[in-house]
Amino acid sequence: MTGGWIIAIILGIGALAYFLAALRARALAEGTDRSTGEIAHSLPTYHGWLAFILSAIPALIFLLVWSIASNALLEARVTTDVRAEVADPASASLATGIVRNATEALARLELVDQDKRPPTYAALRQQASSAGIVLPESGADYMVEVAARTAADSRLYRGIGQGIAVLFAVLGAGFAYSRIRLRLRARNHVERVVLWGLVGASSIAILTTVGIILSMLGETIHFFSEVNPLNFFFGTVWDPRFAAAGSGGEEGQFGLIPLLAGTLYIAFVSMLFAVPVGLMAAIYMGEYASPRVRSIVKPLLELLAGIPTIVYGIFAVVTLGPFFRDLSLALTGGAFAFIQAQSVFTAGIVMGVMLIPVVSSLSDDVITAVPRAMRDGSLALGATRSETIRKVILPAALPGIVGALLLTASRAIGETMIVVLAAGVAARLTINPFEAMTTITVKIVNQLTGDLEFNSPQTLVAFALGLTLFVLTLGMNIYALYIVRKYREQYE
Amino acid sequence: MTDAAMDAPAATPVPAPRRDFGLKRRHRAEAIFRFFGVAAITIGLVFLVILLWSVVSKGYTAFVQTSITVPVEFTAEIIDRNGERATNPRVLVSANYPVIARNAVARALGVDPDDKAAMREVGKFVSDGNRAILREIVTKDPSVIGTTRPVTLLASADIDSANKGQIDLGVPEKNRKVSDQQLRWLDQLKDQGAISTPFNWGLLTFGASSRPETSGLGVALMGSAYMMLIVLCIALPVGVAASIYLEEFAKKNRFTDFIEVNINNLAAVPSIVFGLLGLAVFINFFGLPRSAPIVGGLVLSLMTLPTIIIATRAALRSVPPSIRSAALGIGASRMQMVFDHVLPLATPGILTGTIIGLARALGETAPLLLIGMVAFVADSPSSPFDPATALPVQIYMWTNEAERAFVERTSGAVIVLLVFLALMNLLAIVLRRRFERRW
Repeated sequence: MTGGWIIAIILGIGALAYFLAALRARALAEGTDRSTGEIAHSLPTYHGWLAFILSAIPALIFLLVWSIASNALLEARVTTDVRAEVADPASASLATGIVRNATEALARLELVDQDKRPPTYAALRQQASSAGIVLPESGADYMVEVAARTAADSRLYRGIGQGIAVLFAVLGAGFAYSRIRLRLRARNHVERVVLWGLVGASSIAILTTVGIILSMLGETIHFFSEVNPLNFFFGTVWDPRFAAAGSGGEEGQFGLIPLLAGTLYIAFVSMLFAVPVGLMAAIYMGEYASPRVRSIVKPLLELLAGIPTIVYGIFAVVTLGPFFRDLSLALTGGAFAFIQAQSVFTAGIVMGVMLIPVVSSLSDDVITAVPRAMRDGSLALGATRSETIRKVILPAALPGIVGALLLTASRAIGETMIVVLAAGVAARLTINPFEAMTTITVKIVNQLTGDLEFNSPQTLVAFALGLTLFVLTLGMNIYALYIVRKYREQYE
Repeated sequence: MTDAAMDAPAATPVPAPRRDFGLKRRHRAEAIFRFFGVAAITIGLVFLVILLWSVVSKGYTAFVQTSITVPVEFTAEIIDRNGERATNPRVLVSANYPVIARNAVARALGVDPDDKAAMREVGKFVSDGNRAILREIVTKDPSVIGTTRPVTLLASADIDSANKGQIDLGVPEKNRKVSDQQLRWLDQLKDQGAISTPFNWGLLTFGASSRPETSGLGVALMGSAYMMLIVLCIALPVGVAASIYLEEFAKKNRFTDFIEVNINNLAAVPSIVFGLLGLAVFINFFGLPRSAPIVGGLVLSLMTLPTIIIATRAALRSVPPSIRSAALGIGASRMQMVFDHVLPLATPGILTGTIIGLARALGETAPLLLIGMVAFVADSPSSPFDPATALPVQIYMWTNEAERAFVERTSGAVIVLLVFLALMNLLAIVLRRRFERRW
């Protein structure tokens, strides 16, 4: 029986328990004489929910734990079986993968039973391919044996686990039903469980952060066991050669510096474009524009923030990149295109366009937080509006604006799709903004797309890059939020 | 001192009739400042217009597809040479249908079937995707074999481009993908009324293909739909539960502070980092399949969670305290107060935030690249565990294709994506307008 069905059955038992318990509680409550003070503590629905919780939740938790544990056991057994046949660890891990696929194929084709098993791997592969399941070519006959045993065991374990889970559900329902009393504090019990559920839901944020840090830290440590951290952090050459597994000798070079330089350069160019435009747009909208103009222009500018970054990337590739190239060609009289189609400049401008609404909405918040009295005081002294803005509001809002700019810069550093499409893949160090450079995010994508062996430094480096990016942006965000909060408190 | 006039040199030697406060200069500075503001907004809006215009002008042609309607003879010798279809139905599946399509067009054009070179040109005139169209007809009703009936065939991508006027005819014939002969045929078929340009349903239904005219967004749309469903089923309940706890029950302590800091940071973590998380945790640790919408959905759920939490908390906060006091006053427990009174009143705000979060998740690309959604998937997924792509990932994959017809399709797919986003945001606005209550 598949997992979905068993969950449905358990939920069905829970639902049944709900109705029976609610009915019994209602019958109890109606049978009492209220004048004697015999009042039910909880509504019948709470008795129902309590029964549902007691029957379904332990069963589901058991099912989860059981399936994780039994899978781990089977996995371990397959590894030892394969190790008995193959000594070399690299080929053993490959063989384990094939066995896993074969197990899946056997289970899907229902060939697990002793008399139905195909005699050889080739026969299994044939049968699988006629059913549309593709198995790797390089399998051996012992794998069929191991796979079939694993599949049979897995079926057995699953059956046992499902039986126990259903038993749990029935027992829980029976227990809850037998405990129904007039004064049972069913509501309090249910509410306590719900509260724990709410706490659990809000801890998911923590779990995610922990998951990010642990997963990336683990792989990064793995990476640094093969590549010297100094060569990573201070290396100026990025050349991760994709050598075939096991060929040896071909050590790539994983220098972070060119990627970091490209990331910061593109972010700098984009900020150079986005900050003046975004800031002036926010100032104009806040201080000059009539409400009518504002109500039209503001949503239009916010549209820029709603456009997915892949669309900006395509805009850079299809329209703006070729335009800049042709422009530079025309400026030099057709001699030579000094702006390449993929360049720091193109990527920076397009990312800048994306950041305009970010800058303007963040600085709008900051500017409106400047107390009215400061503005009015300046205007009353005879300063023009622009003088008030430049000499009173902006200096007063400066810390907040710096925080806003830090938040924007962290967006620019972490941005992926625009640079993947517009910045190029060549990792080099240059100060010419019209040439291509590459970024950390581009390299993460490059190293991890396609079918790669997972344990080589070529793929693990992506996690080291990701961790660098995470630490960089996290630091900027925390500092920026700290500044903004400090600034707000100052005027509250 | 706020006045720039103080340090301005009293340079004008001519004694002014009034005392000079530098008013003219100051007003000019004011005007310049204003001009900068207008210029900034104009730059933003101009880029918006150029962006949308460039996408629409390059992509709208992808929504029609050149088709050729000609009488097709289902020749028995080609489909089933040995007459074994009664015993072996697989011959109908593997028959050489492109030849049938080619012969049909050749007959309509009056090309001599023995002229090998001309026949090869005709072969390039029609799409190889007609294989599937003709196979469908024959396997559904094998009695058509030996008869002739009109069928609408797909033109090849180059002919499609030529028919849409996208091929530069100034280029010498040798360097062009379409020969003069083919152009003459195109005109000839047009005169016969055989050429039509119906709406390109294939763009929305086909799966991945190496030929532009038979590749479409079908698999990507299915994949995105599955992912949105998963995001809705995970991020919405979890997000609402978390917000209820933080807003209504949590005491102010270290633990709650820590949760808040975490949520704020998750909202600002680069999206690609979530892709790394998905790869390391969901695929390598939990062993979920690569390229599957379930993993994409989980990753996008984690990304959407902060958006939903922030929106839900704002919605809960906007429910006035009097509602809470009234509920508690008539004897409701805190849990009953929240679930029976506060939450229903906050629903419109929660839904609006959820839709906006979903719209953002729909356009998200980077994390999906890392969990293997960059895949060549021709068949529609039948469950969230089957390989699929996603709408923005399909767009990314098409940008890497060189052919002219894929450029058109890339922009066409961007239009589809933007239309979906616009509809979702519109729904959010309508919900807010219709149900939002001001207290």
